[in-house]
Amino acid sequence: MISFASFPVQPDRGDARHSPDGEEPMDLDDDDFEAGGSKITWPGESITSSQAYMRGHGTYVENEEVVASVAGTIERVNKLVTVRAIRTKYNPEVGDLVVGRITEVQPRRWKVDANSRQDAVLMLSSVNLPGGVQRRKLESDELQMRNFFEEGDLLVAEVQAFFGDGTMSLHTRSLRYGKLRNGQLVTIPPILVRRLKSHFTTLPCGIDLILGLNGYIWVSKHVKESEQEGEEGFDAEAVYSNRNDFIDDSTRIAISRVANIIRVLASHFVPLTADILLEAYEWTVENDADARSLLSEEVGDALVATVAARA
Amino acid sequence: MGSRVEILNDGGFRSDGRRQYELRDLTIDLSQQGVADGSAIITHGLTQVLVSVFGPREAKMRSQTMHDRANINVEVSVAAFSTGERRKRSRGDKRILEMAATIKSTFEPVVQTSLYPRSQIDVFVQVLQQDGGLLQACINGTTLALANAGIPLLDFVCAVTGGVHSTSPMLDLTLLEENDIPHVTVAVMPKTGKVTLVTMETRLHVERFEEIFRLACEAGKVIHAEIKGAVRERTGRLVAAMGSGPRAGGGDLQDDDAMDG
Repeated sequence: MISFASFPVQPDRGDARHSPDGEEPMDLDDDDFEAGGSKITWPGESITSSQAYMRGHGTYVENEEVVASVAGTIERVNKLVTVRAIRTKYNPEVGDLVVGRITEVQPRRWKVDANSRQDAVLMLSSVNLPGGVQRRKLESDELQMRNFFEEGDLLVAEVQAFFGDGTMSLHTRSLRYGKLRNGQLVTIPPILVRRLKSHFTTLPCGIDLILGLNGYIWVSKHVKESEQEGEEGFDAEAVYSNRNDFIDDSTRIAISRVANIIRVLASHFVPLTADILLEAYEWTVENDADARSLLSEEVGDALVATVAARA
Repeated sequence: MGSRVEILNDGGFRSDGRRQYELRDLTIDLSQQGVADGSAIITHGLTQVLVSVFGPREAKMRSQTMHDRANINVEVSVAAFSTGERRKRSRGDKRILEMAATIKSTFEPVVQTSLYPRSQIDVFVQVLQQDGGLLQACINGTTLALANAGIPLLDFVCAVTGGVHSTSPMLDLTLLEENDIPHVTVAVMPKTGKVTLVTMETRLHVERFEEIFRLACEAGKVIHAEIKGAVRERTGRLVAAMGSGPRAGGGDLQDDDAMDG
């Protein structure tokens, strides 16, 4: 509780840690900038002079000053100053791997919810069609679009390009992309997913993970390489199937355990990598923590403390 | 007057023991609420408001999309148990719709909507308890929730209610005071001193207006310090939890899970 004495008093209650808190623009000397690690700012806070620096994302210029417009950390590349918001929607970039959900079927395209500021577009021409590697789209393909993807289907895709208004266009023209099944979706803040060498991971407990850069994580039963839909004989039936394979109990338990570990880590705002997940999974097995008990506060805190210590 | 409560007694105290210019206790909770992109619970004395922000996201109403900026959609709902007298208000209540429209017009010049064309930002305001200063609580809560959702704002918007009892101005009125004396709600952007909202539902003497207005703007700065402190604390906590903080596009981390088939 904060109570006020008579008004007007209240000097800024900034504590010593955040000394560059006052109204004057903060000092952006090179060494200062790097040594300080991440400097925190918030909307309406002057960062520096606009004559010496260029404004980047998360800032605007007013009265020859670069001012932050979001709460987050200040980053600088040469003369470009940006503020990276600590919590925000996913900002797509070409080549990003995303997991999404179909929201609408439109003429020759699907609309996909990908946790971004607008729904993404998946064109009929950017998916693999049955019966051949490359072939022209026929009218019959257009008529049976719901056989490939229908509303509510989950898919993994790559950002292909942007339209004029900033909408992203996706493609699934790889055998690794396409419809998802045999698992469950977990949603976390997109900032917690880092760019990795590969966003497809397999955990030794028989779980496949797809870390979508948009914060949608797909946890599913492991499919053996050999059983993956073959390179030559592209099997449309299997790729666009809506039916789950048989999943045994131990796999189901592992899936829910991994999903809950992700939820616990996200609620503690720990960035997600395959290593951390593996560490956490081993911890849960050692400590006999099942999927349900993970969601209790004590077990969750203990898990995060252990993982943070080891990482 | 006899049996009525004195608004300001001879000792210079108000009915709840505050001085003329004293604000009520202010608590701010920025923790995650459900699946909202940003949320805040703000308490001014006995007035409590929960604000959840979703978006920017795909506009669900095609008719309301704007090709050059995002649409801000504000919905206010008042809990039946929020007042002393239990009373259910429908969402179509004219007063509630008016308040939603006021909040929307207060934030339209502050949110950088032009960054999100064709999108929609949803603001859901839930009034949990009310004891005067409802609009100020809603506006302060919305500022916090928007900042918490990472939506770009030119500045925080800080609102305070001011009133005048005969000739003595007062700040942050309770329901009791609001019912009795003329009052005005002012929302300021403290960095530039710009005012995005001035609203009155009662008649106020023109000569008193300037004084109250100036005082409310000053009080806005006090609220600003609190809002700023809360956002800084929350952001600092999240950055610390992420370890060293996110690194700007490291060149060593490449994304090469592209096509290989």
